[in-house]
Amino acid sequence: MAELLSLAGVHTHIGRYHILEGVDLIAPEGELTMLLGRNGAGKTTTLKTIIGLHRASAGAVRFQSRDLIPLRTPEIARLGIAYVPEDMGIFAGLTVRENLVLAAREREIDDRRLKWLFGLFPPLEKFWQLRAGFLSGGQKQMLAIGRAVIEPRRLILIDEPTKGLAPAIVGALIEAFRELKRAGSTILLVEQNFHVARSVGDGVFVMDTGRITHAGRMAELAEDAGLQRRLLGLSLDAHQ
Amino acid sequence: MSDLSAARTMPFDPWPPAVLAAAMLVPLVWIAPSTWLILTVAGFAMGMMIFIMASGLTLVFGLMGVINFGHGAFVSLGAFLAASVLTRMTGWTAPDALALNLVAVGPALIVAVLVTGALGWAFERIIIRPVYDNHLKQILVTIGGIIVVEQMIHVLWGPDQIPLPRPTAFKGSVGAGDLVFEKYRLLACVLGVAVFAGLHALLNRTKFGLLVRAGVENGAMVEALGYPIRMLFVVVFVAGSALAGMGGVMWGLYQEIITAGMGMEVMVLIFIVIIVGGLGSVGGCFLGAVLVGLVANYTGFLAPKLALASNILLMVVVLMWRPQGLYPVIRQ
Repeated sequence: MAELLSLAGVHTHIGRYHILEGVDLIAPEGELTMLLGRNGAGKTTTLKTIIGLHRASAGAVRFQSRDLIPLRTPEIARLGIAYVPEDMGIFAGLTVRENLVLAAREREIDDRRLKWLFGLFPPLEKFWQLRAGFLSGGQKQMLAIGRAVIEPRRLILIDEPTKGLAPAIVGALIEAFRELKRAGSTILLVEQNFHVARSVGDGVFVMDTGRITHAGRMAELAEDAGLQRRLLGLSLDAHQ
Repeated sequence: MSDLSAARTMPFDPWPPAVLAAAMLVPLVWIAPSTWLILTVAGFAMGMMIFIMASGLTLVFGLMGVINFGHGAFVSLGAFLAASVLTRMTGWTAPDALALNLVAVGPALIVAVLVTGALGWAFERIIIRPVYDNHLKQILVTIGGIIVVEQMIHVLWGPDQIPLPRPTAFKGSVGAGDLVFEKYRLLACVLGVAVFAGLHALLNRTKFGLLVRAGVENGAMVEALGYPIRMLFVVVFVAGSALAGMGGVMWGLYQEIITAGMGMEVMVLIFIVIIVGGLGSVGGCFLGAVLVGLVANYTGFLAPKLALASNILLMVVVLMWRPQGLYPVIRQ
């Protein structure tokens, strides 16, 4: 698979704190790449550095061979990169429809795409005219992911989408990720839930203290309990 | 499917309008109905003029997080520009002919809006932009900004107050018997409602409005969706400054005597309105402005000694009930 996104030796500082200390990562085109690690490992900062919400202080972030570091966030987004933050970032005062209208920046929402999205996340159709702040946590997550895919994007960055959600909703999101993979999307997914990672991941990177400590195939990590314990250590319980 | 004008089925908070209705009806216990109606129209007119001046500031704060104490500079400048235009058009303002008078006020409004909008653009670039995300510096430099503009007004128009006479057709009153309404106040009501309707339509039925509302909630996410928020900041700041200029024309024609410091003086009312309404909310700003105007007029009639403090008391009461204002904007 050709690499769509690559990070090489990326360092990021937030204020006086050195958060990323040389991250090397590749997201191949058409694959769902998992980024795992304990809390505070630097996963969220990695995604924010890719989308330009944090500026890398050293290293290279390349998307289709284009250097992203000098670009501002809107320019990076317009290259075809969608971002779903950990807090979902939905606009609570806007309706479900308005949230999606904003995300469809090129033109009006395509009806066929919308029908496909409603198939993926039926609550979005049911609550089409409801203010997004009134949705449940799972529905908000569906809206956040729906907003990222309302128009075809080359790469989707998703930060801990299953955090705090009921198992039934997590199951629905797993199905949605599988469907997005079938549709050819490239996804970089940060996740704490190892079950989710095992279910949908192709490749996997594990982070600790701002560095990548393991790179490989998700299936291999899922089969190797010793490797899981060594890489994810005490945080493994949180990943189950 | 994605029609922006589609009907919205979302919960509407009825309490603020109910409070407004109660604030309007309670004075009827002590005031004769005809006097009450006159005071109500006067209060609504005052509220509309303050709304025009305040609406831009609430959006600027909501979207950009900028506390602009210099907003009053655009109010003063708008009034002085109108004075310059109207004194050159006395042939149009002196006759008691509504159409002729409107033709004269039109250019005064247009000049005020264009010049204050342009000054707003320069203000944002030179004064505001270097101090984004630093409220203390914002307060200091924007107060500095209003002082500079006031001094420029003194240089250009002289240090004294100058008259801004209303066109003849806007003087006097209409009505019959006990019910007499000042014509200018009726005009202010119409213009204020028109500005509110226009802003409401812009914010709710256009993609630009959606972006502004989304930006007020979460600017970083608007950027992550591919929209440059800085560009939005500039447009909103320029529009807010232009609205302040328009409000300055209306306020100046209402007072008929204008000073370079009038903008600074009215800032107290403007801040009360946007705090009462909920920072960043145009609907809240409208309701807050009406409340401030009505309370000032009713109190001025019933207890003149309390009139000066009435709006501060109103703000205290509203904030004790709703600490984030009547219609708080949800921020992330």
